Amino acid sequence: MPRFSGSVRMPAVDFDLSDDHRLLQRTVQDFAAREVAPVAEELDRTKSFPYEIVRQLGELNLMGIPFPEQYGGAGGDSLAYAIAVEELARVDSSVAITVCAHTSLGTQPIFLFGSEEQKRDLLPDLCSGRRLGAFGLTEPEAGSDAGNTQTRARLSDGEWVINGAKQFITNAGTEISGPVCITAVTGEGQDGSAREISNLIVERGAPGYEQGEPYRKMGWNASDTRPLTFTDCRVPEANLLGPRGAGFRQFLHVLDIGRIGVAAMGVGLAQGALDQALAYARERRAFGQPISRFQAIQIKLADMSTEIEAARLLVYKTARLKDAGANFTLTAAQAKLKTGRLAVRCAEDAVQIHGGYGYIEEYPVCRFYRDAKILTIGEGTDEVQQMVIARALGA
Amino acid sequence: MKICVLVKEVPDAAVEKRIDPSTGRLDRSGERNLNPYDTHAIEAAMQIREGGSDVEEIVAVTMGPESAVRALHKAVSLGADRSVHLSDDSLAGSDVAATGYALAKTLQRESPDLVLLGQQSDDGECYTIGAVVADHLQMPSLTQVIKLDVEDGAKLRCERQAEYGYDTVSVEMPAVISVGDAINEPRYPSLKAIMGAKKKPLDAVAAGDVGIESDHVGEAGSQVQCGDFKPPPEKAGGEIIEDEDTDETVEKIVAWLDERKLL
Repeated sequence: MPRFSGSVRMPAVDFDLSDDHRLLQRTVQDFAAREVAPVAEELDRTKSFPYEIVRQLGELNLMGIPFPEQYGGAGGDSLAYAIAVEELARVDSSVAITVCAHTSLGTQPIFLFGSEEQKRDLLPDLCSGRRLGAFGLTEPEAGSDAGNTQTRARLSDGEWVINGAKQFITNAGTEISGPVCITAVTGEGQDGSAREISNLIVERGAPGYEQGEPYRKMGWNASDTRPLTFTDCRVPEANLLGPRGAGFRQFLHVLDIGRIGVAAMGVGLAQGALDQALAYARERRAFGQPISRFQAIQIKLADMSTEIEAARLLVYKTARLKDAGANFTLTAAQAKLKTGRLAVRCAEDAVQIHGGYGYIEEYPVCRFYRDAKILTIGEGTDEVQQMVIARALGA
Repeated sequence: MKICVLVKEVPDAAVEKRIDPSTGRLDRSGERNLNPYDTHAIEAAMQIREGGSDVEEIVAVTMGPESAVRALHKAVSLGADRSVHLSDDSLAGSDVAATGYALAKTLQRESPDLVLLGQQSDDGECYTIGAVVADHLQMPSLTQVIKLDVEDGAKLRCERQAEYGYDTVSVEMPAVISVGDAINEPRYPSLKAIMGAKKKPLDAVAAGDVGIESDHVGEAGSQVQCGDFKPPPEKAGGEIIEDEDTDETVEKIVAWLDERKLL
């Protein structure tokens, strides 16, 4: 019987999570409620990195979910990763982005493109959470246009000499930060050919590599975000990640994968906003009854719940596609676009339902509102997602 | 030493409990979970092992329908080495005494040195299953134990929470110990442990396999007859005193209490 070429055998549509995924979901829910929720407000207010939580997440194998056990990972799949990130973001986005940036941006390129030696050398410490991974792509002149990287690296006496600056980099400036994977121009295009971009591993402590002061951000206050500078920074020639000149293709693939995590964060934040709004609406009384009895409030809650469920299915589908080895670029961009907007809208509605209290930091929705906005910008803006989607549609 | 831990699948704590009007029993149809009190018993077993006692095996044992397998998976993800699932249509409708008998028969086959369980189930909340099991096994039984030390490999020194203060009791093993939730802080299962849970041996047994006599179990073998259960009546709204003048409010509260002879 003829088969469609290029088709991937997918499991039949099944909306139930497996027992393992459900138990993981429940476990991370419990963990987030008992270990993260009680400290989230303080970590945000004092802009303190959640070292203790990261240590515990490491013990639970949640700092290396999708990587094989032989490198110290948990050997889980993308769906497990999405579920864990979602449940963390439901309570605190700073913790969730720390896990996300570490896993899909920091550790992923080393796992995907590293040599066996690089993997054996770096992955066990990263997967255990003893060290944090970071990814240095964005620059002052290279955001959505990430290919316009100005950072340069040239070979000199068996070493790469790097000059340039990166910005908005997560996880590079903590006490446990490890290597950062950066993109750099390693050769000029000649005769009209494109510039040569490569990925390099820069260890913390490499001479000439400096982490700047943390940014003053609107949200994600307990996560570490800084500019990085490289001034005649020297790293061994062997720190090249994968083939020379493959950097552009490599980072596009890393960003595709990263979108699964960030989309899961959007669903988690939206669900967390709904959790808070529903609980508050049932408790808060006005005109002699709980405000949850008023249609104006019910309509908001019903719409939030419906949109969240739809978005969650889109995120899980993306993860399932990746796990099945299918192309997931389009679905990942759709999931990222859908969930970022959803998070912003749900956070806003949750604040509205809280009334004046929603504007006060004692209520988590206030933090959720500040944390949500970056989800339509980071890991590819909404406009970049629309570009990716339109391109995939053949528009 | 071999430790058996009794566990149970219960409706999730977040699910509102209600009586199913068609059966007169607790509606167990919603989301379910391992009884949270049992996680303290598993943790206690793990701590005995990690404390240096020679624990050959920790076995999670449950009685329940097919879905109870999930509770066993969680139990082994928390550290039990293997599990036993007693499941049989004839057991449906068993009361506490019949359930205790059935579990005791299952445990007899395992010959444990120590049986641990949580202080109560989160659904039935009977607090009694340990005592029933111990009676059938002819073992000493303690409840509300919040500290547990193995002495000379054969004895247990237990601290139990009593109404006023604590009792320290020494018992010979084998014994059945029901632990209070203050005994420890249960660990979370790691992702590797979750994914490895299904690889640990699970022994499914029917009533006949462990010598359970059918007239001792199920609805017919139970003394408790479930009948006309009803949800508790809704509480009255109470009286709200607006605090305009605090002295006056205090007076009103004192008068209210005095009227009911509560002062």
